[in-house]
Amino acid sequence: MSTDQRAAGAARMPTYVGMPAFPEAARDAVRDTRLRRNLTHATTTIRAKRAAAVSELADWAELRETAKRIKDHTIEHLGHYLRLLEEQVTARGGIVHWARDAAEANRVVADLIKATGETDVVKVKSMATQEIGLNEALAAEGIRAHETDLAELIVQLGHDRPSHILVPAIHRGRAEIRDIFRREMPGAPDDLTDEPARLAEAAREHLRERFLKAKVAVSGVNFAVAETGSLVVVESEGNGRMCLTLPETLISVMGIEKVVPSWQDLEVFLQLLPRSSTAERMNPYTSVWSGATEGQTFHLVLVDNGRTATRDDEVGRQALRCIRCSACLNVCPVYQRAGGHAYGSPYPGPIGAILSPQLRGAGSPVDDSLPYASTLCGACYEVCPVAIDIPEVLVHLRSRAVHGRAEKAAMRFAAWTLRSPTRLAFGQRLAGTAGRMLGRRGGIRRLPGPLTRWTDTRDAPVPATETFREWWEKRS
Amino acid sequence: MRIALFVTCFNDTLYPGTGKAVVTLLERLGHEVVFPTAQTCCGQMHYNTGYDRECGPLVRDFVKTFQSFDAIVVPSASCAGMIRENHPRVARTIGDEALVKKAGSTGSRVYELTELLIDVLGVEDVGAYFPHRVTYHPTCHSLRALGVGDRPLRLLRAVRGIDLVELPDAAECCGFGGTFALKNPDVSTAMGADKVARVRQTGAEVVCAADNSCLAHIGGLLSRLRTGVRTLHLAEILAATD
Repeated sequence: MSTDQRAAGAARMPTYVGMPAFPEAARDAVRDTRLRRNLTHATTTIRAKRAAAVSELADWAELRETAKRIKDHTIEHLGHYLRLLEEQVTARGGIVHWARDAAEANRVVADLIKATGETDVVKVKSMATQEIGLNEALAAEGIRAHETDLAELIVQLGHDRPSHILVPAIHRGRAEIRDIFRREMPGAPDDLTDEPARLAEAAREHLRERFLKAKVAVSGVNFAVAETGSLVVVESEGNGRMCLTLPETLISVMGIEKVVPSWQDLEVFLQLLPRSSTAERMNPYTSVWSGATEGQTFHLVLVDNGRTATRDDEVGRQALRCIRCSACLNVCPVYQRAGGHAYGSPYPGPIGAILSPQLRGAGSPVDDSLPYASTLCGACYEVCPVAIDIPEVLVHLRSRAVHGRAEKAAMRFAAWTLRSPTRLAFGQRLAGTAGRMLGRRGGIRRLPGPLTRWTDTRDAPVPATETFREWWEKRS
Repeated sequence: MRIALFVTCFNDTLYPGTGKAVVTLLERLGHEVVFPTAQTCCGQMHYNTGYDRECGPLVRDFVKTFQSFDAIVVPSASCAGMIRENHPRVARTIGDEALVKKAGSTGSRVYELTELLIDVLGVEDVGAYFPHRVTYHPTCHSLRALGVGDRPLRLLRAVRGIDLVELPDAAECCGFGGTFALKNPDVSTAMGADKVARVRQTGAEVVCAADNSCLAHIGGLLSRLRTGVRTLHLAEILAATD
């Protein structure tokens, strides 16, 4: 990988530079009992609820197929719909900005905030701003960004990173949250307990003050309806709506793949998203605004940040259908054990494993390891509301990966051996002899070389004294 | 019926008993089994690890060896899935349009063992006798790639003497994942440990599945822990008699 590529990667997701490869990061996670417990409890609960919510809709399969078609169509004609969106937002008094990458987007937002003279902004939970590392970029310019989503607030106060798309603090238990609040939240009561109601109350007190003081808000966007220039944010707490409506200036940052052509298309996603993410029939708060609202200045920042490059890949582009519901994380057995941080990106889990390397353009240890962070079990594809064939994309990304020299040689040799029944038979005899030398009756306790990674925890089977083909030949 | 057996390179080398069981079972049911000796490997390991180009010759050889048969049985759900789903994809990658067609047509005649028994041969009771407490792990490829559904369970329920017990959280992956087991050994083992805990919860003497590769992982953990629980391919239970 060249220095230029690395710099480009850093420009796209600046806060995650230098993350270790997935297997190393996951090693610590699987040993963390508390993390295992928190994740297992949270994911199994939501998994069952989602299944129930989805089973209520008889036409789920049809909705899923329709959503896939809408997204594919929009991504195919992305330029057209983005221009339409810009035209409509502008006609309704909003100001549209275009950003090629994270650095450009951060620059635009920082300049807009500076122009207001403010140094504090409130934020609606947003994946796009996590992706571009906006909070860190603003901090470097002397601007404090205050997260107002409860889970994002927990992450921010804990000087932590999000580990789940929908529930960024999923790795934290109640007692940990209480400790973080006591330590970091100005004005948190000394007798704060870990009861959920008490914790929510403390956060509410803290946030209410922020909402009332804030002059500028930054949000993300769940959907943008091109035909009317309407922006949509869905959420559960109502804190997002406070940010969207109270401040004088609203800056919304969206990835360019969030656009949908029409309101009729939006209806499909508003059915799929809540049931897939929170297992609700409808999300509690759906805020929609078209252009600038009276008394408010509205800026829309359209961010590419690797999306056009992803779109160029015929197999990989389906990752751009993602509506950030988290259903794939909640069913993923690998995510459940490795936790979200191991994925080295604000997008963890199966979708992160295909999205991050594509958006960042691979080349770092973590991005190179992500396509392999899956058993290809297919549970993610089964629940994806926009039918992203995640295993297919994972295998596709593996075929484009740079393989290690030793592995490449071994795989080529294996392919050469397997191409001929004679060579295979010879290989079997050799493996059989070696295996029987290494193995005792029950199994092989220790294999040499990289195969120790198998026998460190598992016995290996001893090759049979007679292969099937030898038996067959004798028989006939 | 004349049925070609693709035993798979993995079974051929490490689990010949599974291949023998398929032969015993199908012959007992009155069918003729042939084993084309030119067969080697379906290319699954290469394909899934990102070496799809190296797969090309393996796909070509598979098609050449098996294209003339009406029914091809594979005692491995993941290999059956590889052939049916991915052989045409590999052919497309190497730009061989004629092979795309042939791979699709050959693949449509490939059956995982339980599919062959139920859909093609129309049997559920194969006349087996297996007096043990058994639990069944539906591997990811049988469940989600092939969609074999309850076919294996229907076959197992008809076995005389069997004490079939349900595996909790059965649909969850065991953590094998081919080269995943070597590339991510910690997560793989953590997943396997949970699967093994579930197996032990059932009190089963035997855990069975339609894929020996997953069973090698589950069995490797069971053996390391000296649990005394045995892994067995489904075919070997269905072939057993008194």
